[in-house]
Amino acid sequence: MDATDVPQEGSATYGGQLKAVYARTHDGRLGLVQSRGWEVEETVTLQAVRAFEELTAAAIERVRAGQSSPLEVHMYRARMDISLLAQASGLWRWRVRRHLRPTVFARLSKALRARYAEVLGIEPEQLDVIN
Amino acid sequence: MRHYGLPLSEPMAFGLSSALTFAFLPFIKISGQPLASYRMPPRAIIRGLQKPLRFSMRTETFRRPEAGMARLDELLDAGHVAGLQVSVFWLPFIPPDFRFHFNAHNLLAYGRDAASGEYLLSDPVLEEPVRCASADLARARFARGLLAPKGLLYYPANAPQEPAWEQAIPAAIKKTAWIMLRTPLPFIGVKGINRVARAFERLPAAADPQATKLYIGHLIRMQEEIGTGGGGFRFMYAAFLEEAASRINRPDLTELAAELVDIGDLWREFALAAARMIRDRDPLDPGRLATLLRTQAAREKAFFIALDKAARIS
Repeated sequence: MDATDVPQEGSATYGGQLKAVYARTHDGRLGLVQSRGWEVEETVTLQAVRAFEELTAAAIERVRAGQSSPLEVHMYRARMDISLLAQASGLWRWRVRRHLRPTVFARLSKALRARYAEVLGIEPEQLDVIN
Repeated sequence: MRHYGLPLSEPMAFGLSSALTFAFLPFIKISGQPLASYRMPPRAIIRGLQKPLRFSMRTETFRRPEAGMARLDELLDAGHVAGLQVSVFWLPFIPPDFRFHFNAHNLLAYGRDAASGEYLLSDPVLEEPVRCASADLARARFARGLLAPKGLLYYPANAPQEPAWEQAIPAAIKKTAWIMLRTPLPFIGVKGINRVARAFERLPAAADPQATKLYIGHLIRMQEEIGTGGGGFRFMYAAFLEEAASRINRPDLTELAAELVDIGDLWREFALAAARMIRDRDPLDPGRLATLLRTQAAREKAFFIALDKAARIS
């Protein structure tokens, strides 16, 4: 890739940051060139971000319909899935899955709530809030 | 490296440690998707440098975050620069769209602001050094989950030496070629690329286009986004070959570098073709991507055979 071919498409996902890539510079040698972003990279990054947003939205619906607990919403918001949340909290997967049931979630002990809040990076009181 | 008195360019370090590879590990899942890598894990890069540069790297992990942070302070106070393994998700200075639970990110800590208690960090994906509050850094260093860093930090125990270029460069090249061509595992090197091609052919493109797109998108993300990106590592290795060519006076390595640049360009074209399918600009056809991958595999195979040969004549 020549230095002039280094994409400068201003990827929204960079948040104004630049990224350094190796490319052939004008003297014919390979060197570092700053890139402002490539559309392809933006596509796949946003795809992954959106996949989690969709999961979050679907989870909110389920919580409103009483089929799931707010924990599921917070889990997806933190870009986690059940196995990651289980690993991060040190609980077994079946326990995390059980805590996704609204009735079980409502009876959750203070200690467990604190543990989830810690892992998800929020305050324990926020666990019940889904908006 | 420079901090310890040995100027060494990034491509040189990358090449000397034989860091270029291809690995497809479908049994390790990152949010339900397979792990694919275009380079060795950072710890292996550091380890690979120990032999040619004749120094030893100390690595330490910790059970308790407090102990890990205290040790980091101690090292910084003693004038060391320490490498840290962290989770990207908990670093406030990374743009939000990049913050996924990816635990194998590495950065350097080189000081601490006495007044605010913030750490001074140099992150390879960002241009400028950044500052990070102690609590955030502790969180990122002790994130749990897959490839958990456990507070890993590393620093050289003695000063690195100028390597014996004439031996070190061919040895490193031979090792890379061996990894790419002859690793006796079906998911490493050229065989790994073919394996991804096969995985693509088996995707349910018609039955579940959404899942297919996520799978493809995930692999491209691994290629283009992690670090300088997979295609990017091909360019970096080419830069190493160029530098090596002038260092040990082997002009033939420059020609091989040019070939590798072409291969890197093809990786980018592959990413572009995949992205167009994800955005529905082209019809979704994983079979076509698989064909591109097989071409890539064949080309990299030919390239590394030639490179291996070049490293053997001396």
